[in-house]
Amino acid sequence: MTESPETSTAAETNGSADTSNLLELVDISVHYGAVVGLHEVSLAVKKGELVAVMGPNGAGKSTVLKAIMGLAPVVGGTVYLRGQPLDVATHEIVKQGVAFVPQGRRVFTHLTIEENLRMGCLHVSDPSEQQRRLDSIFTLFPILRTKSSDYASAMSGGQQQMLAIGRGLMAGPDVLLLDEPTLGLAPIIVSEVFEKVSEISQTLNTTIMVVEHNIKGILDIADRAYVLNNGRIAHDGTPETVQETDILTDVFLGRVADGEL
Amino acid sequence: MNSSPATTNASLMARGMTALREKGDIELYANVFVIAWAVIITLWQGTGFAVTLGTVFCIWAILSVSLNLVVGYTGLLSVGHIGFFGIGAYGMAILTSDTSYELLRTESIAQFGWPFFAALPVCVIAAGAVALAVGAVFNRFRDDIYVLVSFGFAIIAFNVFLSWRGLTRGAYGIRDVARPKIGSWEVSGELDFLILCAVFLLIVVGISWFLVSSSFGRVLKAIREDEQVAQVFGYRTTFYKLAIWVISAMMAGLAGGLFGSFTTFVDPNSFILLESMLLVSIVILGGLASIRGSLLGALAFVLLEEGMRFIPFLPSEFVGQARQVVLGVLLVLLMLFRPQGLAGRYKL
Repeated sequence: MTESPETSTAAETNGSADTSNLLELVDISVHYGAVVGLHEVSLAVKKGELVAVMGPNGAGKSTVLKAIMGLAPVVGGTVYLRGQPLDVATHEIVKQGVAFVPQGRRVFTHLTIEENLRMGCLHVSDPSEQQRRLDSIFTLFPILRTKSSDYASAMSGGQQQMLAIGRGLMAGPDVLLLDEPTLGLAPIIVSEVFEKVSEISQTLNTTIMVVEHNIKGILDIADRAYVLNNGRIAHDGTPETVQETDILTDVFLGRVADGEL
Repeated sequence: MNSSPATTNASLMARGMTALREKGDIELYANVFVIAWAVIITLWQGTGFAVTLGTVFCIWAILSVSLNLVVGYTGLLSVGHIGFFGIGAYGMAILTSDTSYELLRTESIAQFGWPFFAALPVCVIAAGAVALAVGAVFNRFRDDIYVLVSFGFAIIAFNVFLSWRGLTRGAYGIRDVARPKIGSWEVSGELDFLILCAVFLLIVVGISWFLVSSSFGRVLKAIREDEQVAQVFGYRTTFYKLAIWVISAMMAGLAGGLFGSFTTFVDPNSFILLESMLLVSIVILGGLASIRGSLLGALAFVLLEEGMRFIPFLPSEFVGQARQVVLGVLLVLLMLFRPQGLAGRYKL
């Protein structure tokens, strides 16, 4: 649920909704019944940035992405895309330029790899444009071209993750939201995934917000990072400032109480 | 170190079973077995019986193929399909029967006396219209709740057929349902009717194949696997679910219209919940998300239904129950050894 236009204008005059930001969350609160998932969380992503969202289990990292995609019960606040409130149904969001790669890959295991990728570009009616996108994904992930006729169920976890990211990119998004892309993957694959995410950010100039638990890997490639704790922003800054302070140690060891945020 | 002969045998058997489960061979065996069975019955009982069997097969095949679009391809386990079949059958009966019931001192209903081909589109549209209304509500549900609400629909449909006596004559049923007539050619012969049903089956299979092979079908499969992700990628899944539900119901309405005309008598007993469950069993037995599987399942079922009465040592009064027992045992065996059905790839 988003705020009324009047409230949004007020937020903008307060300087909360900065139009130079491609994606911005202003005072987003999410409640799962009596449980508070997010409490007045505000964060922003500029065009071309790679922003990491980190924090311990239950901090609300994934909820941030779900709130953007309309998949979480938002009780207050507004999501802005290019300075405009993003208050459309979930199935309309991808057409606005935001693609979501969910946690656990969630590829369509009984569809082939090519079919999975084509699922990502519903709103592209031109077949030649679809083919062009398909080819660019195959160039980025050659393994997907090799196995394009295989069912996704026959792929390894790492390959499925590449497929999930590729499916997201097929939508041609301005903003790519990645939810725990390295979850459950072998260490060698984890570094490969981070390399690909970095490559997408740099070569395709896609704005990326990535929720990640692998702190070392993500801080190596991110431009900025937010640290969440108990549904609130505990810190935001560059990877260097995050590492210089003890904030990560504090939140992961539970040294930061709610009142201190 | 060599393994013992017993271990070797066990491992060979295990490998054999795995091969049986994984390879397409079982589908071939099932096809050969079922078709051989059909040929034997035809040779034994004569072509007249085979023609009747073929007609019943066509009707059940339309039903099972249409249900597979919803259950197999979209992942919505509906046990209420028989309701749409009933709507089609009653539509045909009400619109075409012109028997005067006053003479029989039973309840009278309005007589329309329509010809078959005028009534058939109405059967299809009526089933579709009811599906649209029901589906708009059902779209909120998934999984086990979906089974329950579709169960509720089957119960309601049966009770409407039984209780709306001003329209359906309730338990008395409607007789003298019209047979089709094309110009001067009256499709009264059994073979003529079989040809008509086969043509409609071909049309239904053609439409279904086109649907599942298209990008529309790809979205249905995606909804079955992960509806939320399909939504995230821009698919309005409620529209797709409602569309396939209505199309499937219209096909069932068509099967109902043919059934009413074929039997020339329609009463609520043909539309009980058990029939709906048997239909779901056929779809699972044949294979989810497989049109070929549904055809195979329907043929196996019809042969089982009609073929068992000829087993010499089985007293005729037990035939009905024995069919259900055999079907039940077959389902259990299938779920144990081949949960994806004879020709399918997916499990429930």
